[in-house]
Amino acid sequence: MAGQLLEIENVGKRFGGFAALDGINLTVAQGERVGLIGPNGSGKSTLVNCLCGTLTNETGTVQFDGYPMNGLAAHQRTHRGMARSFQLPRPFGSLTVAENLRIPLLYTVNARAHTGIKTHAHTHLNHAQLEARCAELLGLVGLANKANKLPRDLTQVEMRKIELARAMATDPKLLIADESMAGLSQSEVEDIVGLLIKLNERGITIILIEHIMRAVMSFSQRLVVLVSGKKIADGKPGDVVNNPQVIGAYLGE
Amino acid sequence: MRTPFFFIIALVVGAAVFGVALWKGGDYTFYAGYVVLQFIVLATAWNILGGYCGYVNFGSAAFFAVGAYCSVALHKFDPTKPLELCLSVWIPFTEIGFRACSTLNVSFLSPIFPLPIPALIVFGGLISGIVGLGMGYLTLRLRGAFFAIATLALAVVLQTMVVNWDYVGGSRGAYIIRPSELTFAGIKLGYIQYLFLIMMLLSVIALTLARLIERSRLGYGFATIRDDELAAEACGVPTLRLKLIATTISGMLMGMAGAPFPYYIGYLEPGTAFGLSYGVNSIAMPMIGGTTSWVGPLVGALIVATLQQWVTVTISSEWGVLIVGLLLIFFVIIAPKGVVGLVQATRRRFKTGEH
Ligand SMILES: Nc1ncnc2c1ncn2[C@@H]1O[C@H](COP(=O)(O)OP(=O)(O)O)[C@@H](O)[C@H]1O
Ligand SMILES: [Mg+2]
Repeated sequence: MAGQLLEIENVGKRFGGFAALDGINLTVAQGERVGLIGPNGSGKSTLVNCLCGTLTNETGTVQFDGYPMNGLAAHQRTHRGMARSFQLPRPFGSLTVAENLRIPLLYTVNARAHTGIKTHAHTHLNHAQLEARCAELLGLVGLANKANKLPRDLTQVEMRKIELARAMATDPKLLIADESMAGLSQSEVEDIVGLLIKLNERGITIILIEHIMRAVMSFSQRLVVLVSGKKIADGKPGDVVNNPQVIGAYLGE
Repeated sequence: MRTPFFFIIALVVGAAVFGVALWKGGDYTFYAGYVVLQFIVLATAWNILGGYCGYVNFGSAAFFAVGAYCSVALHKFDPTKPLELCLSVWIPFTEIGFRACSTLNVSFLSPIFPLPIPALIVFGGLISGIVGLGMGYLTLRLRGAFFAIATLALAVVLQTMVVNWDYVGGSRGAYIIRPSELTFAGIKLGYIQYLFLIMMLLSVIALTLARLIERSRLGYGFATIRDDELAAEACGVPTLRLKLIATTISGMLMGMAGAPFPYYIGYLEPGTAFGLSYGVNSIAMPMIGGTTSWVGPLVGALIVATLQQWVTVTISSEWGVLIVGLLLIFFVIIAPKGVVGLVQATRRRFKTGEH
């Protein structure tokens, strides 16, 4: 299938007896901007975890960039070009902000030079190039002045931005942002949406998980709705938000 | 500072300490100094897995003992006698099976036996490194207390094996007769001075290696494992491979520290080689010194081992263990970042006070 970057087929995940994901099918085309919404606990983060190898799905397959992902460790999927931010930021507490961004550069971007996985025009970064890239990423999320701070000195909002910048630092083909904008001011939300659209214009496919509908609507070319571990809608954003089933799911919450 | 430069400075400091000990000290200085140096190596080794990666190993004594018993085995090995190699295969719970033996003439090895201590150290390091790798494969999927318990279990299993291995003396122990002095290029050197010198060199190597790791890509990777393994994987860090590297290096250095030990002690029994003090000290020293940099284990080992040696002479060795326990409790509760952390905090306070 030409043009399909991500193909999810019949993915299911249970926690004990509870089905968090129930036969999810979803394909995302190369270069698409997809919004993924759903009430709290509907399984959005669990889906991200299954895609990225943090959790193992019990049923179904995930195909990314033409390769089957089942059985690959999380770091191997990152090397192949899948990146995600965690909903609750998970910075490396003993490393500075700049060092936090250096990790994906050292272990993904530079590791690709050895494994031969190509995302964009990239070779091995030397020390000066690493520094420059860190500074560039910090500038993108507006934290240039926090480079040498430790994560514990950051606000929750700043941590979300680091989380996003760290995912971007892996130089991915697919970026999944899991509720990166909670708590941000309206202008900050606009900045991040603008940033994501800019990344998308450079060829990065993006899945945005978000509760702020204004951000989702201005970002998404396509909207997917998850309710109780099932996909209930998938289509043009305008059509999806007027779908009675979707409205029902949200009003029933 | 570049690593080769650091290595040379550390060598010079080590040589200076050796010189002062020769000039001012007696044999006792070397006997006590050897133990302090041995704990510098053990604490540094423990810290590579425990401090950098956050995996607490309670089984340091096992790796130390593997190194020590490798030396005993090689010491006992007599190449003038033919080596008997046997292969026995049988189906469990039946009488069906066979045993085939053949002898191998290994007299060609005679010129290199008995092996010099540096060769024993390399061999002991190799074997305990392999044991470290094996332990890693078996236990690294466990976290926290489960990992710690597994390492403790490893020590028990290995001790049982050694107790039942007659070749190295089993539970009776083994005597190692060492020469009283050596001659190097016409210079006479007492054996304990020689052992001290070797352990000094090993300390310098261990500290240089730890410092090199800390400042490298590998050290960053280790820190991410300590902080958050899920986030590390998401950033592309191959956490399992890095943890295996850490257990291997850590185990290797511990075995190297143990390799000369039979020659130091003269009589080695399993209870000594697997002694409680190795496991406890290798944890306590980095914790007391500080676990985030190579300086911590060095400072911790210097303070604790010196204090222990002093208390052992002036009071008793039981008091030595008690003091380590009390110090550990103090640091874990009051100053979890160790002496290094205390010094850094004080320095920062002075700096901000000036402004
Ligand atoms: N590790 C886990 N163990 C047990 N239940 C979990 C776990 N992670 C998520 N769940 C449950 O799975 C459901 C989906 O969670 P999640 O994927 O986080 O939803 P969302 O991101 O859409 O808010 C929730 O009911 C949650 O309680
Ligand atoms: Mg979620």
